[in-house]
Amino acid sequence: MSELADLLTYYNVIFLLKGMATTFALSALGCILGGLFGTALAVARLTTGPLTLPLRALALVFTEFFRRVPFLVTLMLCFFIFQFSGLDVSTFTVGCVTVVLIGTAFLAEIVRAGLQSVHPNQWHAAETMNFTLLQTIRYVVLPQAWTVILPPAFGFFILFIKDSALASQIGVIELTYVGKVFNNRGFSAGVSFGVILVAYFMLSYPLSRLGAKLEKKLGSSRTR
Amino acid sequence: MAHLELDNISAAYGKLRVLDGIDISVGSGETVGLIGPSGSGKSTILRVLTGLLKPEAGQVRVGGEPINFDKPAEIRRLRDRAAIVFQQYNLFQNLTVLENVMIAPTKVRGRKPRDVRPEAEHLLAKVGLADKINSYPDQLSGGQQQRVAIARGLCLKPEILLLDEVTAALDPELVSEVLDTIRGLAEDGMTMLIVSHEMGFIREISARVAFMADGKVVELGSPAQIFDAPEKERTRDFVGKILRH
Repeated sequence: MSELADLLTYYNVIFLLKGMATTFALSALGCILGGLFGTALAVARLTTGPLTLPLRALALVFTEFFRRVPFLVTLMLCFFIFQFSGLDVSTFTVGCVTVVLIGTAFLAEIVRAGLQSVHPNQWHAAETMNFTLLQTIRYVVLPQAWTVILPPAFGFFILFIKDSALASQIGVIELTYVGKVFNNRGFSAGVSFGVILVAYFMLSYPLSRLGAKLEKKLGSSRTR
Repeated sequence: MAHLELDNISAAYGKLRVLDGIDISVGSGETVGLIGPSGSGKSTILRVLTGLLKPEAGQVRVGGEPINFDKPAEIRRLRDRAAIVFQQYNLFQNLTVLENVMIAPTKVRGRKPRDVRPEAEHLLAKVGLADKINSYPDQLSGGQQQRVAIARGLCLKPEILLLDEVTAALDPELVSEVLDTIRGLAEDGMTMLIVSHEMGFIREISARVAFMADGKVVELGSPAQIFDAPEKERTRDFVGKILRH
């Protein structure tokens, strides 16, 4: 207990909060931008006709590629590409680009599956009334797809908070990195990573509660 | 001049030919019934007329104007003029009855909700659902949902109404309420093409009846001709079987 008190000095707490903020920023960027880009890719994959074929192909290749490559490999790939390109960017930027790439690929698939779970007759009805694809998605399909999209999406968000720990491998000072630093400063692994564990929980628990609330709220819009 | 004409229309699902040289015309304010065994292509005709399936050959004309199915703008124009009511109602499950009826005129056609609302309420009253405007589709019976679907189609002010086996998914006791609604539309002079297995109703409401089999119109004539004195053996066979049941 005294070791824990020793660890929680003013400067260590500030360091810990900075690590938490970095983890939060990485996760939030991955989820928000990944959600936006992922939705765009999901919609691209639902287009029809020869004109949008290149778009569909690009969306499919992107989604399938980045869902299959491990997070760490994508991170290293981004790291070395930035290094070779000569662009002087921070490791945090490299981490951000990586989480957005991964988040986009996974969320594109979650959103696509959700949109396609809505019965084809709903799409047909909208089409025969001259709804555009985007109008169909906005007014008809998405409100009915939330119940299918939200549970895996929030599961992914929470997984993502934990996966962002890998950014420590390229030197991003996020939560896991902070744990390593505490450990290197002589605190026991149990206390160092125990504190980190609690911090991860504090980040992910409100998110899972938000997910449950949204599921309840948006899921109550009627679906059949 | 015919309001709606199908001239030698052929269509296929992949390699499966489902319509093979269909010729049907519907006059303005006329009701034409389509009957025939399952898989004869009746519903496919309605899919072509709503742009859900592109014909391989032939021509569709509305008010004498040919429709080019390669041009999305012409398909949209066709859909503006012809509304369809589906067998499974296809109401938007996330919207109330009133929202279902109002959404296309407001969001797609860009009309003001305050202009559309009285029309939607009037139509819902006309189909006997004035007290259900705030209900969701899954709170309604099949017959009520089908009448909402009809009101939704009518709120788009179509020139032509296409009805695809609108009573097929209903319990027998709910059929009459939907048929009464359609009867009222026919009396109001709506141009209609009706696919149905309700032979008594088709006979009563249609000015002409087309009997279809294997993607072709086998016989087209007055209800009296088709049901009482069919000329073709295939029609006699079908009508005979139906009337025996």
